[in-house]
Formats: sequence, C-alpha cells, structure tokens
Amino acid sequence: MNSMGSLILRTTARFLLPLLLLFSVFVLLRGHDEPGGGFIAGLVAAVGFALYLFAFDAARTKPLLVMEPQVMVGAGLLAATVSGILPVFAGLPFFTALWWPVEMPGFGEVKFSTPLIFDIGVYMVVLGSVMKIILALAEAEE
Amino acid sequence: MLIAVLSGFILAAFAPWLTRSLGDKAGWILALLPAGLFAYFLTWVPVVITDGAQVVHYPWIPGLDISLSILVDGLSLLFALLISGIGTFIIIYAGGYLHGHEDLPRFYAIMFSFMAAMLGVVLSNNIITLFVFWELTSITSYLLIGFHHEQKDARWFALQGLLVTVGGGLALLAGLIMLALAGGGSFELSEILANEDLREYGFYTGMVILILAGTFTKSAQVPFHFWLPNAMAAPTPVSAFLHSATMVKAGVYLMARLNPGIGGTELWLYALGIFGALTMFTGSFMALRSTGLKAVLAYTTIMALGTLTMLIGIGTEQAIIAAMTFLLAHALYKASLFMLAGALDHETGTKDITKLGGLRRLMPITFVTACIAALSLAGLPPLFGFIAKELMFEAALQAPTIGLFFTVLAVLSAIMIVAMAAVFALRPFIGDLKETPKKPHEAPLSMLIGPVVLASLSLIFGLVGFLPAAALVAPAVESVYGAPIDFDLYLWHGINLPLMLSVLAVALGLLLFWKWNAVLAVFSRMTFIDRFGPERGYEKLMDGLVWLAAWQTRLLQNGYMRNYLITIVLTTVALTGWTLFVHAGSPMPLGDISFSLHEIVVAGLVVMGAIVASVTSSRLGAVATLGMVGFGIALIYVFFSAPDLGTTQIMVETLTVILLVLVLFRLPSFQKLSSTASRMRDAVVAVSLGGLMTLLILAVNAVEVTEPISDQLVAWSYPEAHGRNIVNVILVDFRALDTLGEIFVVGLAAIGVYAMIRLRAEDKAK
Repeated sequence: MNSMGSLILRTTARFLLPLLLLFSVFVLLRGHDEPGGGFIAGLVAAVGFALYLFAFDAARTKPLLVMEPQVMVGAGLLAATVSGILPVFAGLPFFTALWWPVEMPGFGEVKFSTPLIFDIGVYMVVLGSVMKIILALAEAEE
Repeated sequence: MLIAVLSGFILAAFAPWLTRSLGDKAGWILALLPAGLFAYFLTWVPVVITDGAQVVHYPWIPGLDISLSILVDGLSLLFALLISGIGTFIIIYAGGYLHGHEDLPRFYAIMFSFMAAMLGVVLSNNIITLFVFWELTSITSYLLIGFHHEQKDARWFALQGLLVTVGGGLALLAGLIMLALAGGGSFELSEILANEDLREYGFYTGMVILILAGTFTKSAQVPFHFWLPNAMAAPTPVSAFLHSATMVKAGVYLMARLNPGIGGTELWLYALGIFGALTMFTGSFMALRSTGLKAVLAYTTIMALGTLTMLIGIGTEQAIIAAMTFLLAHALYKASLFMLAGALDHETGTKDITKLGGLRRLMPITFVTACIAALSLAGLPPLFGFIAKELMFEAALQAPTIGLFFTVLAVLSAIMIVAMAAVFALRPFIGDLKETPKKPHEAPLSMLIGPVVLASLSLIFGLVGFLPAAALVAPAVESVYGAPIDFDLYLWHGINLPLMLSVLAVALGLLLFWKWNAVLAVFSRMTFIDRFGPERGYEKLMDGLVWLAAWQTRLLQNGYMRNYLITIVLTTVALTGWTLFVHAGSPMPLGDISFSLHEIVVAGLVVMGAIVASVTSSRLGAVATLGMVGFGIALIYVFFSAPDLGTTQIMVETLTVILLVLVLFRLPSFQKLSSTASRMRDAVVAVSLGGLMTLLILAVNAVEVTEPISDQLVAWSYPEAHGRNIVNVILVDFRALDTLGEIFVVGLAAIGVYAMIRLRAEDKAK
C-alpha cells in the first residue's frame, strides 16, 4: 500500500481525516432533525479512515481508531442494547425513548436521549465493522 | 425486585475488572452480592407467609404481551434462597479453589450471569421471560462446563450438555406456547395456572410431552441423564452449584410450578412417576459403579432428580411435602459434599476414591463435615435427609397406583445410596495413609466455610424440623400442591413401615459398603453398560447430523457464487411472479407514470452503466461503471427527496470501490471463462428479475390496499419522538428493535468476513 501513497495524498489525508471525523460527528448529532444519523455518520468516518489507510498503511491507521475495531463493534452493540434497557428501570417498556433536554448557553437546547445513545451505538457498529474488514484486507495485502 | 434479579448480570459485567483489582480477597468481596440477595429474599418470607403469592410487574415489550413480571411465592422463594445462599458459598469457595488461576475473572463473570439467569427462571411470572432465562442458564452453563477450554474433553462435554438441554428447550418453547393458548392467551403463569380447564385442552397430551421433553433433558432424567455426569468436566465450584441448587433443578422447578395447573392426570402420574423412578434407580446404580469422588456425587444427583420427579408425579399431599423437603435436604448436603470432594481433589491431587485413604488426621474438619453431609445423603437420623427420606418412602407407599413399583425402586436405590455415602465419607479418611500426588493438608478457610455451614444446617434442620417446615417448606408445598396443607416435620414418626424400610436399607447398604471392592470387581467386567448406554445414541445422532450437514452443504452451498445467485433470483421470480399474476387480476392494473427529462437522463446512465459493466472486458472498467450505477441511484434518491438514502448510497458506493480496489490486485487477469450459452442463460435470468421488479412497482403504484403507514409515522414523528428527520426517527425510535437486530447482523457479518480473510491468509502461510 505504501507504494500508492503520494506526497499529495498523504498531506491531504492528514487534513481530511480530522475534518471527516468532525463532519461524521456533526452528521451523527444532527441526524434526528436533519438528514444524517448513526449509519451515515459511521460510513463517513469509515471513509475518512479508509482514505488515511490508502495514504499510509494499516499499521499507522489502526492506532488512530483508539480501540480495536471488534471492541468498537461490541461497545456499540452494548450501547444500543443498554439504551433499550434503560427505560425498563424507569418502569417503561423496552425501548421507550427517554428525553433529557438540557439548556446549553450558546447552543440552545440540546436533547440528550436514549435514541441518541442508540444512534451512537449504530455509529460504532458501522465504523467498527467496516474498519475490521478494510484493515483485515489491507493487512492481508501487506 | 427487578434489580435483585438483574443485579447478577450487572455485576458480571464488572466482575473481571473487580477480580483483578481486588486480588486475593476477590471471592469474599464478590460474595457480598449473593449474600445481600439472600438477606433480601429472606425479608420476603414473612410477606409470602402472611399475604400469599406476590406478583411484581414491569412492562418490557407490551406490544407482544411480554413483561418482566416476577412471581414471589413459596416455591420461587425457596429456590431463590437456595440459589443465592449456596451461591454465596460457591463464590467464596471458587476464590480458594481457582486461586491464582489466570481465567478467574472470566469465571466470575460467567458465574454471576449464570446465577442471575437461574434467579430469573425461578422468579419469572411471564413464560416467555422464563424461557429466555431458561436458555440463558443453558448457555452460561455451557461456558462454565467448558471452562477448561484447552481440554478437548471439557469442550466436548460442554457441547453435549448444551445440545441436550437446548434441544429440550426447543420442545419446551413449543410446549409453553401451547400452555399459553390453553390458558386463554395470557403469558402470565399466575393467570394460566388459575385456569381450571387446562387439563381439558384438546392438545393436552402433546403439550405435556413437549414440556416434559424440556424439563427431562434439563433435569437429566433417563434417557437424557448422560450429560450430567459428563458436566463434571467443569471446575468443582461449578459442579457444586449446578448439581445442588441450580441448572438441573430448573427442570424440577418447572414441573413443580406447573403441577397445580396441568398435573394430576394419568399421563402426568405415569410419565413423571415411571421416568422419575427409573432415573432414581439408574442414578443409584451408576453411583455404585463409580470410583471418582465427583462421579459418585454426580450420579447421586441423578438419583435425587429422579426422586423429585417421581414425587411430583405421584402428586399426593404426602408426595409434595416429601418433594419439597427432599429438595431442601438435597441442596444442603449435595453442595456441601461437592465442595468437600473438590477440597480433597485440590489438596491431594486425585479424585479416585480407591487411591485415597487415612486422611482423617491430616484433614479432620473435612472428615467430620463429610460424615455429617453423607449421613444426610444416606438418610440417617438425626439429619434433615432422614426426614426427607422417610417422607419419600411414605409417599411411595401411598401412591395412588403402582405403589409397589415406586417402593421397590426407592428401597433399592436407598440401599445403594447408603453404601455410596459410606464409601464417600469413610474410604478417603480411614485405614492407612495412601501415597497421593500432592502432600495433603487441610483446605483453606474459603473452601471449608461453605461445606461446614451447609452441613451444619442439615443437622440443625433435622433437629428442629418445625423451623424450616414453617418458613420454607410449607409455603413451597402450598404453591406446588395448589392449596395449603397443614403439616409438621419431625424425626420420630413411631415405628411404622417407612422406618422399617429405612432400617432394611441401612443394613443392606452397610453390607454393600463392606463388600464394595468385590462389587466393583464384578462391575468392572460389565462393560456392556457403557457400550449400549444412551450416550452412544447421542454420539450416533451427532455423527448422523454431521453427515447430513455435509451432504446438504455439498448440495446447496457449493461455493459457486453464480449458482447461489441463480437460485435466489429464480426462486424470487417464480414465487413473487406467481403471486403477482394470480392476485393482481387481469388485466394487471398499471400506475400512471410521467417522467421529467433529468430523470430520464439519470435512468439512462444507470442502464448504460449496467450494460457496460456486464459486457466489458476490463475489470477496472467494470468497477467504474458499477460505481456509475450506484451514484445514479443515489441521484434518484435525491430527486425523490430522500437525502439520507442518497448520502448512504454514496458512502456505500465509495467504500465498495475502496474494497474492490483492495482486492483487485489479488484477482487473476481478466479471462472469459463462461460459454456464450451460459452467458445467455444469465442474461435471461437477470432480465426476468428486472422485468418482474418493474411490473411489481407499476402494479404497486396502481393499487392502494391500505392507507400507507408512512402518513401516520410522519404525523407522530415530531410530537412523539421529538425528531424532524422521519427516516432517522424510524431507525432509532419507532423501529429501534429492528435496527438493533440489523446492527447485530452487521457486527456478525464483519466477524465472518474477517474470519474468511484470516483463514485464507493462514492457509497461504502454510
């Protein structure tokens, strides 16, 4: 893979990865009201990492994920499941949405909720799954 | 209450981390949870005695009539107390037994999940949640039995236990659903069992057989008993827990629970009575043939499970009192004996009784405790086991039918159990000290506290039988019998037939103990028992299953992508097409369609891309034109105001191209391998699918069967779900359960792909 990375691509990737990640978080958070959501956001983030992988190599991309991709998948599934179980403890049926609106100075009202936790879970599962496959392929290549 | 049931799962999640950070004392500190639960359940005892059964209700999936409702009555409370009480000592014991074992954190995580699942089984009032917990006990016990996963035997036996119990579980699910139907559609046990005419249900026989298939496999009744002794592959704390208060008792629990509703018929009496009695006899007989400390105990567990099943089947007042007393007595002495067996094994290095001897001076506490617990097992006064056994004889004698059959088998079993109790309690300790792999000494406090306390309880309960009788046994008897019964438990019943039978059993049992070496010699020549047991049947079945799987895999999963695709496409075309032409009426109504120019242009590009992709001889060209198709479709999504779908499509297209580029280098150069004829066939298949889909969409456009659900979802979206993006609201809120299933599939798919890539790489490396 190293042979493919040109100087231009590397320089671009270094700038684009954080931008894409930021964008993915933006897409994730706006998802409830505007086009977006965990699934798309996870794919955007995965594209960012894939770009970085092309510019550099698997060994240098992996640490940027913070955790092993399979752990990320597991954590995402856990988050999604927990978001469904939480309302049960409040005496409500499984997967009833709970909302905690918080007034944030400068941001306006921010809506924390179990659907948001769920969406973050989806985001992690999608990102983890795609990265697991891409990294495995790239490593097999090297 | 809900938190009490689920707390085990919560602690399980943190157990690995806690175990590591707490170090040596982990067992003692983690045991605080089951101890706390035990105290909590104790507070319910007076409530249940004065106010009767309590139902606590939490909605879970109300749409499917599934709720987390909890039933606290005498029976569930007796079980919950046993599970949490014995669980406390097991957790402490495991800290000593597996001291320094690198997988101890994992062990605690599974153990707490198992305990919580077991509590869930006995406390559930909803039969669907009961079933979920039931299956969870199977899965967690699979992990526990296979704890030493580096040993082939442990893996094999763990799988055996899992397949037998889960196979029975499938039958049980069907049986429980029939039970709900019979009970008028409610899934709540308290409501179903209140129904008087469950026994008149048209499919009563089928329902009982299905339910019993589940409980018999779980509770190791003949002929499914073979998995239980094999489950000894587990570390001893697990065996002690599995055999005394949990897992195998789940089957007994369910039979006892359903007894007031579906018991009392001839089918129930004969099925439970005969299978139970045979199991009791088989267990005792196999115990007599065993020389392993744990094997002897495992077979006596089978004896006890058979006895309980038989008693529930007999179903008279006497029998139910005997069953609940026996249940409590057995849990106390069996947990104690198993932990002692583990201590002996741990400190001497062998679990073969014939290789142990003369340990009374080196392990005095173990010796005394073993004697007390074994006296209870043998059913001698003044132990609690004696009361239980006398009641059992009496119940067998007074059985409504075939009382003689029950009594003879009960006495024969009792004789063999007396012999084996003596063997267990005396052989390792008396006589000359024998050479053992380890230099024996007394086990640490953590491994002795459990057996000592539980054995003492056997003694105390025997001496003051009215105490457990009033607080624990009587409420349980009331739930199983369906009506309150007034009775007392005491040691001396006067000179009567049960007492005479006991004396006979003890005398003959001691004779058998005296001649045990000769008995073993005879049995060692009877190898046909192992050759023709039901376990061989299981092995044959497994071989057959593997053969069948291999055969159908060769037939269906032949590894050719084109064959899979053709099968899927043709099946879809045939089934959907048939339905469409039969039901759409003739002439088929087709919706009006109008195009604008930009739509035609994009559609044309998509079609062109598809044609080029299928005829090009350049691989990169095919990738590029497929990308064109994908982006074209994304554009169409955007035209029809679905920006979410469009963005997702673009992302997926981008990633697909990336993945293709990653694998492109591995593929051989482009070759034309298929004949023109097969390419023509493929074209026909592809066009038929495309044509069908076009017709289908046109037809769907023309007819509106019901009002589309989307209007309602749009109306709800903001007021109900606080979201303006309807697609996202559906995904994460309205249909969150579906999405949860889907992301599990995504995760599994990633693991699958990863495994395939890695296997290929490893194959190459070789």
